Amino acid sequence: MSVDAQSQSVLAPGPWSKRFAAAVVILYAGLAVLPLLWIFLTGFKTPPDSIAYPPKFVFEPSLEGYVNLFTTRSRQSDDYLAGLPPPTNWVDRLVRSRNMVIAGPSKFGQRFVNSVIIGFGSTALAVVLGTLAAYGFSRFRVPLADDLLFFILSTRMMPPIAVAIPIYLMYRSLGLTDSHLGMILLYTAVNVSLAVWLLKGFIDEIPREYEEAAMIDGYTRFQAFWRVVLPQAATGIAATAIFCLIFAWNEYAFAVLLTSGEAQTTPPFIPFIIGEGGQDWPAVAAGTTLFLVPIVVFTVLLRRHLLRGITFGAVRK
Amino acid sequence: MFRPAGGAIVAEIRIENLCKEFGGFVAVRGSTLTIEDRCFFVLLGPSGCGKTTTLRMIAGLELPTSGRILLDGEDVTRRRAAERDIAFVFQLYALYPHMSVRENLGFPLRCQGMARAARRRRVEETAALLRIDHLLDRSVTGLSGGDRQRVALGRAIVRRPKAFLMDEPLGALDTEFRHLMCSELRNLHDRIGATSVYVTHDQLEAMSLADRIAVMNHGVVEQVGPPQEVYDRPATMYVADFLGSPPMNFLAFDGSVHRGDRQVRVNGAVVEVPEIHEDRAAGPLALGVRPEHVSLSDVSAVRGRVLGTDYLGTTQIVTVTTAHGSVKARVPAALPVAVDEVVGLEFRTPHLALFDAASGRALPSALYYRETTDG
Repeated sequence: MSVDAQSQSVLAPGPWSKRFAAAVVILYAGLAVLPLLWIFLTGFKTPPDSIAYPPKFVFEPSLEGYVNLFTTRSRQSDDYLAGLPPPTNWVDRLVRSRNMVIAGPSKFGQRFVNSVIIGFGSTALAVVLGTLAAYGFSRFRVPLADDLLFFILSTRMMPPIAVAIPIYLMYRSLGLTDSHLGMILLYTAVNVSLAVWLLKGFIDEIPREYEEAAMIDGYTRFQAFWRVVLPQAATGIAATAIFCLIFAWNEYAFAVLLTSGEAQTTPPFIPFIIGEGGQDWPAVAAGTTLFLVPIVVFTVLLRRHLLRGITFGAVRK
Repeated sequence: MFRPAGGAIVAEIRIENLCKEFGGFVAVRGSTLTIEDRCFFVLLGPSGCGKTTTLRMIAGLELPTSGRILLDGEDVTRRRAAERDIAFVFQLYALYPHMSVRENLGFPLRCQGMARAARRRRVEETAALLRIDHLLDRSVTGLSGGDRQRVALGRAIVRRPKAFLMDEPLGALDTEFRHLMCSELRNLHDRIGATSVYVTHDQLEAMSLADRIAVMNHGVVEQVGPPQEVYDRPATMYVADFLGSPPMNFLAFDGSVHRGDRQVRVNGAVVEVPEIHEDRAAGPLALGVRPEHVSLSDVSAVRGRVLGTDYLGTTQIVTVTTAHGSVKARVPAALPVAVDEVVGLEFRTPHLALFDAASGRALPSALYYRETTDG
C-alpha cells in the first residue's frame, strides 16, 4: 500500500481527490441545470399544473404554454362557441377547450426579432470596433495608451444602470428612445470596453513578425491585418462575441427603461405575459425556453474557435 | 534558374550615416556600408549591437532617425517595406499557422496577382529546390525546426526578390542542424546569386557563410571585410576580441613607437613586430596575438607559469600567467605541458598587431599592408 502510494507521481491527483473533484463538479452542474430544467418542464405544463403545490414532477405534457405565448385569446360564452364552425386544427381545439378563441398573434415574435436585431447588431458592432481599437493599441504607439485603456475600462466600473437617468434624458432629446439604433448603440457602448480589453490581450499574443512578413511580401498593413492577424485572432474574437452577445441578449434594466413598443426586446416582454387570473407561467416558461435557444446555438457554433492552440508551435518563443 | 543571364538585375544595398534612436537609446549610430550585388554579407555582433535594427531599417520595418538607404542607387529610405522588393527571413520563421506549407509559400505570390497555375508551378519549383516538396500539403504547425526553416526560406525566395535579409535564421535550431543548414544556405545563395544580408551573433556561422563581414558594437560598424581579413587584421581591439575562440590575447604596456620600428619593448621584454607605419607618442598600448600564433619555447624572454590546459582533440589551449597578464596559447595536443611548469612564450612576428589601448584602434603596420597572410 505504501509502496503503491510512493510509486505514484507527485503531481497526479490520487483516486480520492479525483472522486471528490467529480462530486463537486456534478453537484455544481446539477445546481446550474436544475432551474433551466424546471423552466423547460414548466413550459409544457398546464396553468393549474404550473402552480400546483406540492410541485408536480410528473404531469401530462401540454403545449398550452406555447400556444398562449404566441397568441392573444378572448373568452367567449358557450353560446357563441357553439355557433362557431368546428375547430380545424389542434391549436383551435386546445383554445376552445378553455372556452376561448384566438384573437390574433401575440407580440412575442416581434419582440424576439427585436432581440435578434439588437443583440446580434450590437455584438457585431462591438466586436468590429473592439478588434480595430485593440489592434491599434497593440501595434501602434498611441499617446497616453495606458490612460486611454484605463478610461475605456472605467465605463465598466459602475453598474450601467447608475447612468440610466442621464441616458434616458439624452436619448429622449436625441429621439433615440424605443428605437433599434438607440439600443444597438447603447449595448455597443457598454460592450466595446470589454471587447477592447479582451481582444487586446489576444492580439498582443500574436507576434508582430506575421504582419511584418506579410508587409515585406507586398501586402498593405490592412491586408496583413485582414489575412494574417484576423485568422489568428479568431479564438479571441469568438470568445469576445459570446460575452458581448450574452450581455446584450439578457440586458433587462435599460430595455425596460428605454423601450416600450417598437424596439422592445424579449426580456422586458416575457415577465408581463398575463393570463387569466395573473401570470401565465407556462407561457412565461415557454418564452424563456425559446429565448435561450439562439444564445445556446451561437455558443455551440463558436465553441470550436474557443479551443486554444491554433497558433501553437509555428513561432517559437 | 532564378536570375536571368547577363546579370540584368543588380541589387546593391548602400546605407549612409544611418542612425536609429528608440526614445533615448541609440541603437545604430552613423553606419555607412556598401553591400555589393550578389554578395553574402553578414552583420556580426553581440546582442544589442544594432545589427538587427540595421537589417530592419534596410527592410523598411523601421524608419531611420537619420541617414539614407539606397537600393541600386535609388533612395528608398522612406519607402514602404512592400515597395522595396526585398525578402526577410525572421528568426522565429513567422510561418502563418492557419495556412499549409503550400499556402505559406504561395502567399507572397498571391499579393502580386500571379495566376493560380503559375503560382502553383513556382511554389512547386521552390519546394523542390529546398527539398520540401513532400511537405507541401502539411500544416506548418507540425513541422520540425529545420523544415520550418526551409519553408521560411522558401517563402523568401519564391518571389525572386532583389535581396534577402535574414535575422538569425538558424538561431532557433540545435547545433548539429545549424551546421547542415549553414551549408545549405550557402549553397542556395550560390545557386540563386541574390544579394543576401545575414545577421548573427555566431562568429562561426559568420565566417563560414560570409563573403564579407561587418562587425558591429554599440551601434557602430567597427570593421568591414572578407572573413579572413577581419580575423587576421582586426581594425580594433573589439573586433580582435570578438572573433576567435579563444579570442586574441592582449599584452598591455606603456610606450611610444616610431615609423619603421620592427620591435617593441613590452614591459622590458623585446618583441619583434611587423614594421610600424606611424609615430605614436608615449601612451598605453596593447600587443595583440592570437592563441594559434603563440608557441611554447624555452628561450623566449616572455615567461610565465602554466595555469591550466583545455584539451580540444587535435589542439589544446594552454593558459599561462605572465607578468603582462594571462596569455592563451593554442598548441598541438600531443605537446606535454604540466600545470605550474614555467614556460617561455614565443610570438609569430608576422601576425602580431599593435593597438592604441586608449582608443582601441590598431596602429598601421606591415600587417595591414600585405597582400596575403601566410602561415
